[in-house]
Amino acid sequence: MKDFQSWGRYFNYRHEIRRMGWRFSAPAMLADLPASFLPVGLGRSYGDSCLNDGGILLDMTPLNHFLAFDRENGLLRCEAGVSLEEILKIIVPHGWFLSVTPGTKFVTVGGAIANDVHGKNHGHAGTFGMHVTRFELLRSDGTRLLCSPTENADWFRATIGGLGLTGVILWAEFKLKKIESPFIDEEIIKFRNLDEFFEIARESEAGYEHTVSWIDCFAHGDSLGKGVFLRGNNTAAPTTYSYQPPKPQRLAVPFTAPNFALNNYTMRAFNVLYYEKNLRKIVRGTVHYEPFFYPLDAIGQWNRIYGNRGFMQYQCIVPYDDGFRAIRAIIHKIATSGLTPFLNVLKTFGDKKSPGMLSFPRKGVTLAIDFPNQGQATLDLLTEIDRMVLDSGGIAGYPAKDSRMSAEFFKAFFPQWEAFMEFIDPKISSSFWRRVTGNSE
Amino acid sequence: MKKTTLIAGAISALAAALAFIAKSKQKPAASEAVRAARYRQPRRVLIAGATSAIAQEAAKEFAADGDKLFLIARNAEKLQVVADDLRVRGAAQVETAVLDLTDTDRHAATLDQAAEALDGLDIALIAHGTLSDQAACQQSYALTEQEMRTNFLSVVSLVTLLANRFEAERRGTIAVISSVAGDRGRKSNYVYGAAKAGVTAFLSGVRGRLADAGVTVITIKPGMVDTPMTAHLEKGALFASAESVGQGVYRAIITGREVVYLPRFWWVIMTVIRHVPEFIFKKLNF
Ligand SMILES: Cc1cc2nc3c(=O)[nH]c(=O)nc-3n(C[C@H](O)[C@H](O)[C@H](O)COP(=O)(O)OP(=O)(O)OC[C@H]3O[C@@H](n4cnc5c(N)ncnc54)[C@H](O)[C@@H]3O)c2cc1C
Ligand SMILES: NC(=O)c1ccc[n+]([C@@H]2O[C@H](COP(=O)([O-])OP(=O)(O)OC[C@H]3O[C@@H](n4cnc5c(N)ncnc54)[C@H](OP(=O)(O)O)[C@@H]3O)[C@@H](O)[C@H]2O)c1
Repeated sequence: MKDFQSWGRYFNYRHEIRRMGWRFSAPAMLADLPASFLPVGLGRSYGDSCLNDGGILLDMTPLNHFLAFDRENGLLRCEAGVSLEEILKIIVPHGWFLSVTPGTKFVTVGGAIANDVHGKNHGHAGTFGMHVTRFELLRSDGTRLLCSPTENADWFRATIGGLGLTGVILWAEFKLKKIESPFIDEEIIKFRNLDEFFEIARESEAGYEHTVSWIDCFAHGDSLGKGVFLRGNNTAAPTTYSYQPPKPQRLAVPFTAPNFALNNYTMRAFNVLYYEKNLRKIVRGTVHYEPFFYPLDAIGQWNRIYGNRGFMQYQCIVPYDDGFRAIRAIIHKIATSGLTPFLNVLKTFGDKKSPGMLSFPRKGVTLAIDFPNQGQATLDLLTEIDRMVLDSGGIAGYPAKDSRMSAEFFKAFFPQWEAFMEFIDPKISSSFWRRVTGNSE
Repeated sequence: MKKTTLIAGAISALAAALAFIAKSKQKPAASEAVRAARYRQPRRVLIAGATSAIAQEAAKEFAADGDKLFLIARNAEKLQVVADDLRVRGAAQVETAVLDLTDTDRHAATLDQAAEALDGLDIALIAHGTLSDQAACQQSYALTEQEMRTNFLSVVSLVTLLANRFEAERRGTIAVISSVAGDRGRKSNYVYGAAKAGVTAFLSGVRGRLADAGVTVITIKPGMVDTPMTAHLEKGALFASAESVGQGVYRAIITGREVVYLPRFWWVIMTVIRHVPEFIFKKLNF
């Protein structure tokens, strides 16, 4: 048994780690695995959707070969353990980019499909799964299913956002996005409060593919929801295709910070720092895609700054309502909780609908917040927010992020969970699924 | 405390310290400078044992440079996976041949096939090998002979043919993955070690012979590497990744370094190990 922690470093579970072999030998390998096992990618999920306490984790990263790249039409086929980082190295020099990318490039294709991840361009491009044309799913009984929107379509829908539970994805094929240059024309705009945020979000909808905001969760009263809005488009003017960002940064957090480093003061300083860096009202620039899409990737293992107790990320989506009352109330609740959130992202989602059965994104405004683990107080606050989100008609408990939602709330947010059950492979299980279905033997 | 325990302890402490230092200042992959040194023309590279984890990582670097590759491996399914991968990664051309490399009778024809497919050869990387089961070999000469065929004689055959080819052309690079295990026979691993020692000595002689002909002969000596070959071993701090070692192989070939330990700190460890007096060495437990 070896330690394997997910990104939030909140769970200390024990696993037996097995490594996936070659693609063609996978059926024999799965047949030999005892129950229960769970395929895992790079462990960039924050909570326990990539954990299987007391069971086997099947490391999928050795499946890291490419199968085909149609450079004219932007169609890529690769094994499920290939990381987005590797993909970018290969496609960017040929003028292609990922149609959808999460905020880190250190995730695998299998992980991106299994959580049906989203990025800064949700309004324009939807989720990762919406660009997948087909994949091969291997069940533990040796059945191999070629899945596409037309072939084994029910398995296609169940596996996109299927949390690794429907079987092992061996390879996938997906459409890329044409780019003229690896740079992004970026605009950074300060906003003083939530109303200004929604104003900028609305006027940015049509003209800007990529949008995201960082908000200061300590601000309340008149400046509740103040922050900075980032928006951008891929630079149209052709420049040289270079994978390498202009100045590669090499920083790392080499040790686990002591818990006391995370007092109110350092957190607030970090937030203010991020905020005050942008002095003018609108700052325009052209930046490489690397700092634009992956600002945190420059700092290796940044999750260690939260100390040994780890942290939890909370993400919810709240539908639009009159005066943005629900999201305002939630931010107010957090701002006045005395707990110390860090890295708060606010963003609007469009109405693009993913085929994924359990897929999380939907139209509304989404808030994602990192909470250092402060024990029961943190848990209590998050349960209160669950209640507010549920009352607003929204959704919380994104499986890529969640570490603590109760089965009661999960079932309310994901009523399709029961229909999904019939697609679960009998030999596959995860700590997340046992927890949110109230089945943690 | 016994002297041998002390020496073994000192060696492992030194090894751990060196591994730590090396890990803390790992070099970035193939630097732009190294890549800039690439030929104008695509290199024509032959790889024997192309499905090896280390060889695949080296091959990815050549593919990224747009080189032409001829891959030899014994397992057709693995070979297909690797060939497709290297095509996507940018290789200008990828050709393959399925061959059990202990079948030395077919070496000459396969090399001809490679030279014809790529329109000549610039570089040959020989990477295949098996980590012999020492205990089983001790009980069986037949098995030991088999290991010698795989790890030593097949290499001798390939290098003989390549040396003659490149000598006539007065150019070319022959790179072979030997091992630190060939630097001194240890009781726990001497069949493999003897085969690799043979490879190292053979290459050293060929290097001398071909020096005037302008042919580069490279001996690569990896330490412990996390690959399928060592899947059954517990991974300590001394293990390097296939990626870093494969990139080291590529760098050695591009820069023409003749004898390379990978990671470099193994040179220090092996220098110490080679100098331990025999009466002590024979009592060391490794
Ligand atoms: C800094 C950071 C920023 C992030 N930003 C975003 C963001 O903007 N948007 C977003 O949506 N997410 C975001 N995430 C979350 C991340 O994108 C997801 O958690 C993603 O699924 C992680 O991929 P992974 O390869 O690490 O998979 P893991 O975390 O290892 O696994 C995730 C799930 O995939 C399954 N899985 C993995 N491989 C396979 C396979 N081959 N076959 C079947 N199932 C498989 C696992 O069983 C598990 O259920 C972020 C994470 C970090 C750390
Ligand atoms: N891993 C280490 O710690 C280490 C240390 C020092 C040196 N080395 C050397 O590095 C080289 C590469 O090994 P690796 O670590 O990358 O391990 P690996 O992935 O197991 O590669 C070994 C390769 O050799 C192939 N092979 C074995 N016998 C063969 C034969 N008769 N004909 C054709 N191919 C044959 C294997 O093919 P199949 O896949 O078909 O079996 C496999 O592809 C070897 O020479 C090894 O001795 C390794």
